[in-house]
Amino acid sequence: MPAATRVRWAVIVATSVALVATGCSSSKSSGGGGSASGGGGGIVRAWWGDPQNPLEPANTNEVNGGAVLNMIFTGLVAYDPKTSKPSNANADSITSTDQQTWTVKLKPGWKFSDGTTVTASSYVNAWNYGALSTNKQLGSSFFRYIQGFDQVAPASGNPTAQTLSGLKVVDDNTFTATLTQKFSTWPATLGYSAYFPLPASFFSDHAAYLNKPVGNGPYEITSWTKSSSMQLRPFSGYSGTDKPANGGVDLKVYTDTNAAYADLQAGNLDVDNGIPNSALKTIETDLNGRFLNTPAGIIQTISFPLYQPQWSTPGAAMVRQGISMAIDRPTITKVVFNQTRTPATDWTSPVLGAAGGYKEGLCGDVCTFNAAKAKQLIEQGGGIPGGQLTISYNADGPHKEWVDAVCNSINNAMGNTSSCVGRPVGTFADFRNQITTKQMTGAFRTGWQMDYPLIQNFLQPLYTTNASSNDSHYSNPQFDSLVNQANANPDETAAVGQFQDAEKLLITDLPAIPLWYQNGTVGWSSKVSNVLLNPFSVPVYNQITVK
Amino acid sequence: MGRYVIRRLLQMIPVFIGSTFLIFVMVHALGDPVNALFGDRAPDPAIAEQIREQYNLNDPLWLQYLKYMSKLFTWDFGNTFNGQSVTSLLAIAYPATIKLTAVAFTIEVIFGVGFGLISGLRRGGWSDNGVLILTLVVISIPTFVTGYVLQYLFGVKWDIFPATAGEDLTLDSLILPAIVLASVSLAYVARLTRTTVAENSKADYVRTATAKGLPRRRVVVNHLLRNSLIPVVTFLGADLGALMGGALVTERIFNIHGVGYYLYQGIVRQNTNTVVGFVTILIIIYLAANLLVDLLYAVLDPRIRYA
Repeated sequence: MPAATRVRWAVIVATSVALVATGCSSSKSSGGGGSASGGGGGIVRAWWGDPQNPLEPANTNEVNGGAVLNMIFTGLVAYDPKTSKPSNANADSITSTDQQTWTVKLKPGWKFSDGTTVTASSYVNAWNYGALSTNKQLGSSFFRYIQGFDQVAPASGNPTAQTLSGLKVVDDNTFTATLTQKFSTWPATLGYSAYFPLPASFFSDHAAYLNKPVGNGPYEITSWTKSSSMQLRPFSGYSGTDKPANGGVDLKVYTDTNAAYADLQAGNLDVDNGIPNSALKTIETDLNGRFLNTPAGIIQTISFPLYQPQWSTPGAAMVRQGISMAIDRPTITKVVFNQTRTPATDWTSPVLGAAGGYKEGLCGDVCTFNAAKAKQLIEQGGGIPGGQLTISYNADGPHKEWVDAVCNSINNAMGNTSSCVGRPVGTFADFRNQITTKQMTGAFRTGWQMDYPLIQNFLQPLYTTNASSNDSHYSNPQFDSLVNQANANPDETAAVGQFQDAEKLLITDLPAIPLWYQNGTVGWSSKVSNVLLNPFSVPVYNQITVK
Repeated sequence: MGRYVIRRLLQMIPVFIGSTFLIFVMVHALGDPVNALFGDRAPDPAIAEQIREQYNLNDPLWLQYLKYMSKLFTWDFGNTFNGQSVTSLLAIAYPATIKLTAVAFTIEVIFGVGFGLISGLRRGGWSDNGVLILTLVVISIPTFVTGYVLQYLFGVKWDIFPATAGEDLTLDSLILPAIVLASVSLAYVARLTRTTVAENSKADYVRTATAKGLPRRRVVVNHLLRNSLIPVVTFLGADLGALMGGALVTERIFNIHGVGYYLYQGIVRQNTNTVVGFVTILIIIYLAANLLVDLLYAVLDPRIRYA
């Protein structure tokens, strides 16, 4: 090989891969322009994250999958996006005489987007599927109030029954559900995605269903490229009242919230509810006021391991109160969170409204910053167990900043720079693992996103004895009995009052310190209007209009 | 040459097994993925048990690894928690990253060697100083800063290039991320080329070639550059693997659904199958790139021969 040829060959080898690949991509660019979609037809281009689980109603417990399910499904009840008040949607009526056996009547004639009819069996089969442990549905525990759950999902071993004994189909449009306990607000829980109905095709061809889920809601999925984008268009056979005001929604998966924000500013994205923290300082001017920051049904707390002897003494309760009073919530929400958190004064959320059980200031002095009183209470209670408070958090989430701020606040109140330190745990999984296996020795961060806008959902799963998400393992018979009474009470106002009585016990026992309510944030382009967030901080897609 | 290649390929096997096992152990050290699936809610014991069973999480680690590897040999990389097969993710991610890397590599080779040559031939001149200052600036600024600044200026403010690449990767949308990805390596290539070119330009064979009356172009390209390229090629070969791995930051900034994105998702969601699958392919590419470099030596310098 002559010298010159050899060099040329070397250069060609080094860059040939490059040329081939770029050749491919440049020819493709003439075909489908990425930025040209949207525009006419009134399509909304919206931010999306990759769902963590397959899109099955009872298997979706995070916000990205939930957003899609709520577009393609309409459950028995629906929540008003502004007031979060539940009202019947696919259900005609849900009634009971004893608050324990409920009769559900459906509005006739509703259809799935594959053309089949929504019947009582669509619900009963879906719920049976969701509850059965061998189907490995993450939301299985939502069916625990229905009779027979112990048989389809026993704590250990294989299920002894395939269906819930408490569910009975009466006729095409009627079924009954018998619960294990009185639960007066049960109908209001049925707007949660785990309770959505399923078409027959779900059971006959499961793999095909997972590639293109079918529902009975205002939108249908027309195409879905997994982990990158999904097209949703209005379902013409939809019978509900919340019909879409736009020509459809294109959801785009982003690798990073900053990338989405850049696209929003560049005009390639219309609705962005994944605003990065870094953008919050400038967003008002960046977007010319096209930005919303409202409380969502999410509360953040610091919990204590009450199963540890040093945390279960009467003195420790006083110490917890002192710690709570040492936290300067207003300053931290302003400085660390740019006002995207609202200081908490009870254990619920403002989205419930006063009628729904939210009570501003219920926590009183205990949740109000008072450094002098804080120090006094902690000393009176025998000081912080072990001499130092650790607050554990998962380091893979955005928690370090506020945990450090909370610790600073406590340290300042105590006049001791080592009273409180943050304790990072590598990953969320490891963090949750330590909590569920009772390995915590100090305080740890906890958060709760409501499943349905009810005060019950903020108290029962979190603070009743042995409840599913009672991370601090708090147990107070008086609390349990008040919750049970409230559940049995057919009068809604009285029930809410009883829940609040129970909640008041948390002020002295303080298994968890309320920190702040999380706000939902959304920014939008000048192309769309009427953007608002529902109580779950998901955009109300069907109401968005395109200019 | 043939025997050399075979020997190198055989050497890859222990490297491959060792590195995949290390990755496997590391992902497992992160904790139990099943707990994370349930979010802030405590897992239902019945369901958690069923899921652990499904993903072999109850087995001892070595058995999990053996089960995983035996499936790997039939090109079955397993599934992610949301039911997608890892092979389908590989099929989406690798082409995207290879496109990005290819554009970046082209930029790196052309401009890196080009700048290095110019500045090496005109030492002390204004172009030499210019290149030196420019490379110093690029090396000292972290990639993500360059990325966000260029994205904001060219993508958002002036609207010259698309701000993000998204689903359809066009050459247009890849230029900005490729420049960001290539910038640091490009600076090293330029400096490396400059030094070797400067050294060799005083060498006897260059003087001889010039004295023979060869045109300057031929002297520079065929004699000077060719001899100067050996260390550069070594760097470029090792860098090809580094570029693919290092695309993580750039891909996130410019919304490219490539290896970096899926690897990141896999780590965040503690999906062993995704992480080990992606890293396995990365290791193969890295090993292949290294082999290619060693073979290229022989092409550039006929004195180097492999028995």
